[in-house]
Formats: sequence, C-alpha cells, structure tokens
Amino acid sequence: MYSNRKYVLGFIATGIVLVYLVRLFTLQLMSDDFKRNADSNAFLKRIQYPARGAMRDRTGKLLVYNQPAYDIMVVMSEMNDVDTLDLCESLGITREIFDQRMEEIKDRNRNPGYSSYTQQLFMNQLSAEEFSTFQEKLFRFPGFYIQKRSIRQYAYPNAAHILGDVGEVSPADIEADDYYQSGDYIGKLGVERSYEKQLRGEKGVEILLRDARGRIKGNYQNGKFDRAPIPGKNLTLSIDLELQQLGERLMQGKLGSIVAIEPSTGEVLCMVSSPTYDPRIMVGRQRGKNNRILTNDPMKPLLNRAIMGTYPPGSTFKTSQALTFLEEGIITPQTSYPCSGGFRFGRLKVGCHGHASPIPLIPTIATSCNGYFCWGLYYMLGNRKKYATVQEAMTTWKDYMVSMGFGYPLGIDLPGEKRGLIPNADFYDKHLGKSWSALSIISIAIGQGEVTLTPLQIANLGATIANRGYYITPHVVKEVQGEEIDTLYKTRHYTKVSRQNYETVVAGMRQAVVGGTCRSANNEWYEVCGKTGTAQNRGHDHSVFMGFAPRENPQIAVAVYVENGGWGATYGVPFGALIMEKFINGKLSEASEAKAEAFANRTINYGNSER
Amino acid sequence: MATANDKQRSILASLDWLTIVIYIALLGLGWMSVCGATYDFGQAGNFFDLDTRSGMQIMWIGTSFVLAALLLSIDERFYDVFAYVLYAGFMLLLLATPFLAHDIKGSMSWIKIGKFSLQPAEFAKFATALCVAKYMGRNDYSIAKWWKFLLTCFLIMLPMGLIIMQKETGSALVYMAFFLMLYREGMPGSVLFAGVSAVVYFVVGVRFSEDPLWHLHIISLGQFLVLLLTMLFTIGLMRVYTDRWAPILRVAGYGLGLTLAALLFSKFVIPFDITWVQLALCLGMIAYLFMLAVKHHSSRYTLIAIFAIGSLMLHYSADFALNHVLQPHQQTRIRVLLGTEDDPRGVGYNVIQAKIAIGSGGLRGKGFLNGTQTKLKYVPEQETDFIFCTVGEEEGFLGCAVVLLLFLALILRLIQLAERQPYASGRIYGYCVMSIFLFHVFINVGMVLGLTPVIGIPLPFFSYGGSSLWGFTLLLFIFLRMDAARNHFVHS
Repeated sequence: MYSNRKYVLGFIATGIVLVYLVRLFTLQLMSDDFKRNADSNAFLKRIQYPARGAMRDRTGKLLVYNQPAYDIMVVMSEMNDVDTLDLCESLGITREIFDQRMEEIKDRNRNPGYSSYTQQLFMNQLSAEEFSTFQEKLFRFPGFYIQKRSIRQYAYPNAAHILGDVGEVSPADIEADDYYQSGDYIGKLGVERSYEKQLRGEKGVEILLRDARGRIKGNYQNGKFDRAPIPGKNLTLSIDLELQQLGERLMQGKLGSIVAIEPSTGEVLCMVSSPTYDPRIMVGRQRGKNNRILTNDPMKPLLNRAIMGTYPPGSTFKTSQALTFLEEGIITPQTSYPCSGGFRFGRLKVGCHGHASPIPLIPTIATSCNGYFCWGLYYMLGNRKKYATVQEAMTTWKDYMVSMGFGYPLGIDLPGEKRGLIPNADFYDKHLGKSWSALSIISIAIGQGEVTLTPLQIANLGATIANRGYYITPHVVKEVQGEEIDTLYKTRHYTKVSRQNYETVVAGMRQAVVGGTCRSANNEWYEVCGKTGTAQNRGHDHSVFMGFAPRENPQIAVAVYVENGGWGATYGVPFGALIMEKFINGKLSEASEAKAEAFANRTINYGNSER
Repeated sequence: MATANDKQRSILASLDWLTIVIYIALLGLGWMSVCGATYDFGQAGNFFDLDTRSGMQIMWIGTSFVLAALLLSIDERFYDVFAYVLYAGFMLLLLATPFLAHDIKGSMSWIKIGKFSLQPAEFAKFATALCVAKYMGRNDYSIAKWWKFLLTCFLIMLPMGLIIMQKETGSALVYMAFFLMLYREGMPGSVLFAGVSAVVYFVVGVRFSEDPLWHLHIISLGQFLVLLLTMLFTIGLMRVYTDRWAPILRVAGYGLGLTLAALLFSKFVIPFDITWVQLALCLGMIAYLFMLAVKHHSSRYTLIAIFAIGSLMLHYSADFALNHVLQPHQQTRIRVLLGTEDDPRGVGYNVIQAKIAIGSGGLRGKGFLNGTQTKLKYVPEQETDFIFCTVGEEEGFLGCAVVLLLFLALILRLIQLAERQPYASGRIYGYCVMSIFLFHVFINVGMVLGLTPVIGIPLPFFSYGGSSLWGFTLLLFIFLRMDAARNHFVHS
C-alpha cells in the first residue's frame, strides 16, 4: 500500500539537495562579490602615507616642506552610542556641520568608495593643538580614528605660481588614476602638479585582520602582504629665491611678468607673475575658501601670466625679424632702408620716432626703427624670385618663428602653458581672402598685429640670442632626487639662423644699451645687451624689455612685461637691469636698491577695466 | 531458541554498516567544522583541550559512540514495550522543563545538570517517533479513519505545543516532518497539496502585496496572483478528482476569460481594481461547485469547494496573521526572507554574513582553519546553527557538495531500510527518522543559503552541542537496531 510514495519522498530529498547545490554553485562560483565583501569585512587596509617630497631653490633654501597634521576618520558601522553633542564640542563644530558631513560621506555620488566598514575622512588637517584636546576624549567616540598626515608648508610668501599647491583629490582625479582614494591629496597647480608622481612617493599598506566588533587581530599572514610607504622625492628648483623676491617686489601694484633664464641650461631663474598671492593661504582647511576668493578676483591672481598670458611682443620681436631677413638674404648688415617718420606705402603708414635716415641694421636695432622692419618684411614676402607665392614666403617666415620657440608651447614643466599665436599662410587666406600681400599684414614685422607671445617665449628669445642660435627648453626643476631630469631639458634646439647673423643682432642689442633705447641698463660691471618694446594695445602701451648679460658667456636672459606700463624704457629696461644686476653681482648696489624701492612703490592704475 | 551471544552476533552481522560509515564520516567532517568555527587566529591550536568547544565536541562524539553501542545491545522489543511509557515520560519532562529551565537568550528549554545543559526537546523526538510508530503499527489502525488520524495528529502536535511553550519555535516546527511519514503511510496527497498551497498563497501574497500589476497602481499584484492561483488550483483539483469535462471547461473559460477581459478593460479603458471581479468570479465558482455537488450527489465537488473557500479565507487572513498573530521578530524574519524589507544590520545581517562567508569560499575553499569570516566572528552562531558557513568558507563548493551528498545518501539509505522492515511499526519509525533528518538539513542549510526562513535548528552531526548529537544518535541507532533484527522478527 502506498509504497510508490517512497519514490516521491526520495525525489523530494534529491530535489532539495539539487536546488541547494545549484544555489551553492551560484554563490561560490558565479560571482566575486562575496569574496570582495569578505575581504572588506575582514581586512582593514591601513594606508601608510609617505612624506611628500620637499622643494629647495637653486641655492639650497628650503621652500616647501611638510608639517604633521591629523585627520579624523570615521567607521560608520562602529559608530555606536557616540554622544554627538560631546563630539561636536570637542571638535569645535556645530551639530549641523556634523550632520551635513555625515550625509556627504554616505553620498556615493560624491564619495564613490564609501563603505560603512572602512575608515572615511570626517575632518581633515587638525593642527597639533586642536588634535591634542580631541585625543584625550577619543576613547569616548567609538568608530572615530586619528590618521596622522602631513600638511604642506610654504616657507616664503613667494613663487606661488611656480610652487603651486595641493588639495583633496576630485572625483575626476580618482577616476583617472586609481592610486588615489577619497581624501588623498594631489598637486593642483604649479610644480606640485607637474611633478606629482615624483613628489607623492608611494603609499604603503598594512593589511590587518579585523573581527566583527572592529577589533584588530593582528597582521594578515604576519604582514606578508604589507608594503612600506616610499617617500616622495625631493626637488631642487632652478629658481633663485632672492631673485624671485626682487622680481615680485618690483612688480607690486603692476600687472605683468618677469621671466629670467640661464641661457646655457634653460633653467628658469625667476618667474614672476603679478598680481601674485601668498602660497601659505592655500593650505589646510582654509584652502577652499581662499581658492574661491582668488578665483573670483577680477585681476586673476591665479593666472600665471608668465606662461598663460599671451601678449603682443612689440619691438622685442624685431630681433627675430632681423635674424630671419639676414638668414634669407633679404638684407645684409649693410642694407639701409629709408624711414621718414615711419613706413609709408601709398596711404598705408606705420609711424616711427625721429632718428637719422636711412641707417643700416645695427643702429636700426639700437633705435628700434619701425620702417626698416616693415620694408624688410615687404621685400621678403614680395620676393617672387625666391618664393613662388606670398603663401610660400609666409610659410618660410613662419618656420623661422617656430624654430625660435614661438607659436607652440615651449614645454616648460609647469601646467597650463599657452602657445601664443604665430599666423601662417592659411590663417591669412582664411581671414583676408587669397589676395593678400605684405602690406596687409605689415605690423607683424614690429611685433604687433596678430602675433602674440608669452613672456616665457620672449625670455627664451633672449636666451636664444645669448646662445647665438639655440635654446634649451626652459624648466623650473633643476634636480629630482635620485632621478635624471627629462632629456628634453638637456637638449639644444637650434633655430634656422646661423651664428654669424646672431652676432650682428647681438651687436645691435649692445648698441641699444650703449647708445639706444636701453641706455639706462648700461653699467660699468658687465656688457648688457637689450631690446625694448612698447606694445600697442587697446589701452595704454605695454612696457616690454628683452635682454641678456654679459655679452660674452651670458649668465642670464630676461624678459619684462609690464601691462600698460608705457614706453619700454619706463619699466621694462630698469626692471631688466635690476634683475641682471642682482643675479650677476649677487646683490644690488646702493643706488640700484634705492631705485628698486622706488619702483616697488609705484603702482599703475588699472581701474576696473577688464583684464 | 538462540542464545544471547548468538543473537548478538547475528545483530552485528546484519547491522547496516553503510549507514554507520556515513554517520562516522559526517561526524568527522562536523568536528573539523567545529574546530574551524571556534579556532581563533593566533591561538595555539590544541583542538582536544576540553576548555575549547572542539575538545568538548570530541567528548560528545565519544559519548555518542558509547550511547550507540549501548543502544545496539538493547533488545529491540524494549522499545515496542516501553514506547508509550517513554512518550508519556518525555511529555511530562517537556511540561516541566519551563519550570526547571534557566533562561538562555529567551529560550526556556535548557535544563542544567551539573556542568552541562541538556535540551529535552532534542530527546522527545525519538520518543514521539516510537510512540507514533507503535500506535500506527497496530493491526486495527487505518489512516483513513478520521478519528484515528486525528489521534495520530494529536500525538505529534502535543510535543510541538509543549516546545512552543518553551519558546523554541524552531525545534517545535521539526515535528512538521512527521507529515512526510504520514504521507508515506497513506495520508491523502491532497492534504499535503493543501499545505503546500497555503505556503504558496502566503509567500506570493506577502511578497508581492506592495507591487503594482502591469503598472496599474490601484491593483495589488500579490492579491491578483493569489486569486488567480486559487482559480487555477481549483481547476487543477477538478481535473484530478472529477471526470466530467464540461464543468471544468466552463469554470476555466468563464473564470479566466472574464479575468482577462477585466484586466484589459482596466488597463486600456477605465482603470479599476479588478481583484473585486476576481473575488466575484471565485465566489461564483464556489457556488457552481456546490450546485454540481447537489446535482451529481458527489462529495468531491463539496471538498473542492471547501478548498476554494479555504484559499480565500487564508488569503484574506494572511496579512492579519502576519501583522497581528506573529511576533515582531518573526514578522521581520519573514519579510526579510521574502525581500519586502531590507535590514542588513539586524535580522538580515546573519543571512548576509552567512552568504558572504560561503560565497567567499569559491571552488576549493580557503583551507582548514583559514576562513576569515568565521574566525573573525562575522557569522553569528557559527558553531551551532550557522555551522554550514564554515564548511562553505573553508572547504568550498566541493566540501559543501560532499556534505550535502552524504546527507542525501543517508536519507535515501534510510528510505531503503525503512521499506525493508517486516512490520509497519519499524517502517513508520524509519520514516520518522528519515523525515526528521530531511527537515533539519532542508531548513538549516536553506537558512544559511538564504532560501528558507531563519529558524534556529541544528545541522545534524555538525552543529556543536551534546543534546542534539545524542538526540540524533538515539534516533538513528534505535532504528539501526530494529533493522538489524528484521530477520529475527520473521523467524520468531
């Protein structure tokens, strides 16, 4: 009776076991989620942060270093019976801030790595004093931990644009490089950003076993998988702090830039961008607030004008024209062009100031004659024997410019460098139609019109002339601890112009100092070569200077660009001279010091015009 | 007349050694799991130290072997003679337990004897099985006689009730396993079907009660499905138990057709709650069934109508039962299991951690004593109710499969042994033993895998503890002793 039902029961038992085997199969073999969950349960990965590399200037002065600071971390799942009011009081925050912070931590959009089992950053960068009061009470707040970190410190209020700063990583940074976790720091600007990989070092990790109550039960497999942190590398900058300080002092109350380069190495000796700011305000918990204030400032103090400002180079550009015309055989050093108060062609007129006429190239450079270079460009672009079309001539011209480092970013080791503008044939074909000639674009010959350069490119032009025909890509980091610097910063880039033609231009620039536009730069210690620029623009002229010294074995090339400063001789020449003197002599003479102080106190009124 | 020694020899010769091998294998694996579950990282591992649970478990296993040997030497007739007395004794003990017990986590089921605590509920199982077997083994017993069936049910329900009074709902539910045995002994399949239907209605109704049907937010998907199932089950019963085709087609045609029409009307014309239409159709169907019963003088239609009425009543009282009869922690457990409530820090925690521990084991597991989740106490009650996690984490899928297949082998072997018993009482007792093992494995492993509700009952031979191990040994070896004497019975 009913004995067939034994099969039903056997079938039920077999069915249950089969269902369970399938379930086990899916749990254990189909997905890694549980494995990962188990690891995040049991393994507490305690990150050990390496010390970020320090920075020194070229003379060995410590510019950037680390100071201990303390982050407060929280593990949500362990936060039982915490007296919130007591906690807020100990940390000096309000209940609202506490609640808001908790919400932010749990928001997976803003904090993608959130887990209630791992440490999350609650508050960062407590100072030693704030920390010590909190530490006494720490035992009362289960789930809260202290993480020792280091905070960046800047020893001087200078060189903010070069040094840059560090800030908390953004979600985009985390996305781009999985080295970073929420709450980590990353270089945001300047060298801090461009040398992030060298400065940050490598995080270490200690894998600890943690039981269900959050108690640590020792290292996993006795530390077999632990890694010690590797400290970041120290950098030596090519910057001379004192030179930088002088430059910043001179540029107070003015907009613009001073860049100095050591021609033989391409090392940037100073790079001033004005207005500047104190890098020490971009540290710690006020960073966000101060960053906002600086971002909204209409004078744009965060903009590094030395590499991001693109300006008409004005007459400093004439040196590059003279080199091009000489090399192409359009002119010889003896060639003279008439200039009767400027360049006249039909109704077209480019004005000039009074000087003897006609004169050959060297005195032309010394007096900065506009007419000469307009004729030069006119004859070059109009030379149908040498160039089949005006476009071909233009392309040749452009190739010379590019070989001198114009029109493209030079490749300095700072983020955000601009390329400036060197127009080519296509550019004019597009804007002027096919039938354009030298006359349509004549003002580029004198560094006006469409041409723009960054102050760094102008300084690099000075370095190239000082080197008589080559430059080494400018850079601000001289040495990386235990590492060779990029070969880019050791390679000579030769221009298309030969050494002998450079000598002619050098002679012209020397003449400008001895008896031309740069007379005030002349001194008894060494031979200065220079070229002024007075760049026209919508407002008052920009005051520009480009030069180097000494004439033989040059030690420094300088570019000065003072927005709306008027004649090149007004600000450009004296600033350039002071920078050279400071660097070559190691100090300023008494008279020069007085002059520097007088200039430091002069301000240019920019009104509220748009920058 | 054989001498006592001869008999003893023939018992050993006809003993089912296969079952004993499986028993020992399970005990060995179980002990390894207890070692894994209680071992702490960094601890000097002496698993035989009586201060550790693994050491204690060795002692329980050893005493179980002594107990087994003792049971094999007791004459099988002893159980038949004393079945009722044992039953009565254990019922009295269960009744007295709450008064003698001390509170362990809200449970009043543990009696302290010297250093040890014992749980009488674990021993009442074999007594109940023996009693039921003796009663049902009588020549004049017929399961078809309703009062005899009811008395059988009473014998089973009495210990259940007494154990519920000790607040050990899990152990009490184990007695439901006896219904599998009753099914084998001829209880109508429809009773089992009705029971399964009740579970299905409850699960479907609660699980989908908040979900909309076909984006119509005024209709509860759960209610719709339960009413539809009521109709389908009723039609199915008519198909199985009656042989007139016309009424079946009529009920199916009108019932399902009108439901579909109402659904389409609600979706595309005027939205309204079509469960009222379904309810009306079900009531119509019930009325029609009663009419058929009268017309054809057939009680079958009446019984099917009663099934349909019962379905409706159960459905409409399920919510009430869930919210008002069950205790809050039981409600939460059910809701978490059915997925209508998420509670990862509370009730769901156990199940999530259990899944994590098992899931992290992979194919081969992390190796003996290398499980992190169990060592670091992420899994609660890991050496008792959640012991299977340790198997999953340390021995992986292969280890789990070996354990489950050993249990399956044990259960199938018990069915085989039960079937070869010369007397009904032997067979019935055998099925009781098999059903209890099946129920424990089904609920315990299912709970760890997140498939059945969290009901705290041990996994036989694995979970730490003397009471359950002795209880299972008693159940099994009494049966093996009966089985060994099967030939002797025939001859005497």
